[in-house]
Amino acid sequence: MSGPLLRAEGAAIGYGAAPVLSDVTFALEPGERIGVLGPNGGGKTTLFRALLGELPVLRGRVEVAVRCGTVPQTERSRLDFPVSALDVALMGAIAGRPWWRRPGRAERAAARDALARVGLGALADRSFGELSGGQRQRVLVARALVQDARVLLLDEPFTGLDAASERRLEALLDELAAEGRGVLVATHDVEQARRWDRVLCLNRRQVAFGSPAATLTRDVLTATYGGAIVTLPGEAGAGAALAILPAHHCDHEP
Amino acid sequence: MDALIEPLREGIMQRALLEVALLGVVGGALGCWVVLAQLSYGAESLAHGMLPGLVLASLAGAPLLLGGAAGIVVAALAVALVARGGRRGPGDLLGRDTAIAVVVTALFGLGALLALAPETPAGIQGLLFGDVLGTTTADLLASAALAVVVLAALALLHWRLLAVGFDRASARALGAAPAAADAALLVLLALAVLVAVQALGNLLVVAVLVAPAAAARALTRRMGPMIAAAVAIAVAAGVAGLYLSYYARIAAGAAVAGALVAAFLLARAAALLRARI
Repeated sequence: MSGPLLRAEGAAIGYGAAPVLSDVTFALEPGERIGVLGPNGGGKTTLFRALLGELPVLRGRVEVAVRCGTVPQTERSRLDFPVSALDVALMGAIAGRPWWRRPGRAERAAARDALARVGLGALADRSFGELSGGQRQRVLVARALVQDARVLLLDEPFTGLDAASERRLEALLDELAAEGRGVLVATHDVEQARRWDRVLCLNRRQVAFGSPAATLTRDVLTATYGGAIVTLPGEAGAGAALAILPAHHCDHEP
Repeated sequence: MDALIEPLREGIMQRALLEVALLGVVGGALGCWVVLAQLSYGAESLAHGMLPGLVLASLAGAPLLLGGAAGIVVAALAVALVARGGRRGPGDLLGRDTAIAVVVTALFGLGALLALAPETPAGIQGLLFGDVLGTTTADLLASAALAVVVLAALALLHWRLLAVGFDRASARALGAAPAAADAALLVLLALAVLVAVQALGNLLVVAVLVAPAAAARALTRRMGPMIAAAVAIAVAAGVAGLYLSYYARIAAGAAVAGALVAAFLLARAAALLRARI
């Protein structure tokens, strides 16, 4: 496919008349991983909902050329619900089907393939609620694959994962991008975002968009997170690590 | 063996057994979604709130189905109206369930008031506690039609109901509208209450919708097996309740409701025991 998978130009997004997020201009090319940074309430989820067509674009344009799959935080789903990992992956098969058509044998096979693809083939029949946080996150990625989503929208997928699960999920996202899918990941981890292709910084408006090296400067991060940033000691020079602190720690800045 | 066959020699019992079996199929299957969607209280509200409609139909000599339908629409509208009002925010002193309880109690009281008026015909007790032994062929046809409609709708909507129940917020992105799933479930629930209320009564109908599904929930871990278990439990407990009422000479509706609740308690006990081992 030529051209971006999705594109926003001067977009303002909101629930009513006043936008919650404005001045959004970026494009997601096939094979790209974009880290979406910003404080809570900064507009990360708002952007995702607009890309899914759930929120209106008040000004500007948002063009989505392909199907987007959403990978929400698993705490939002009901962990006590009587469903297996396979059931959850199969939910991806109802997208785009008329309401009276049930998923059949072909969809079931596709769901098993998708679970195998994310490394959970052996756990397909396990209850969703019994899986670890990282495994649940990968089941939801499999659901997006069953949906045949060319773009994956992940809402803080690394929150609460241990280091091993985090590496495993990150490697999976790398693989999916290498297949030509686009990946948008909302995250709080600036260091992690440095490893991706581009970063999009939001704080009720778009602060910056570009390659991590050029974009993740102190000024941009200050504008994104409202000044709650410190430079960690020990890594002097260009590689200095930046960390984000809760707002009330601002006065400890060196 | 004779003890099992003897009641079957009577046409009244044949029809009653068929009726509780049909209602068990409906109540068991639909009840699973009612319990998982946390609509049990809604089911009870609809059943109790429709009493004025039933009583008025009985007073006017109109078909109970008609009065019940009107009563259920009024009850549903009243509940929806106060539930909306209860969501207004912290300034509103009444919580949602309090507001619903007030409306339902008011409607139920109105029904009782009408029922106890001197000109009331006999048979009001049947409205409250059901009259499963009075099941007619027309009642059986209505129940069979209900069973077909409910089972077909649940089979067709299965994956959408599952996606919405699992995660409302992301269901829309999968193409399953939460509002449509809610509406479908509520319409099926209203239909089921409307048909089942004549056999099981205004006060006991909720037992067949909630108890078997709650029992099955304790015993199973997947939706398919849960529905199958709930249907089996509902039919078995309904039939057992009828036999109990036949031999112990107690009210049929109460015996059926009692058997359903007993099945629930047994299932919970079994689940607890299994967790200990």
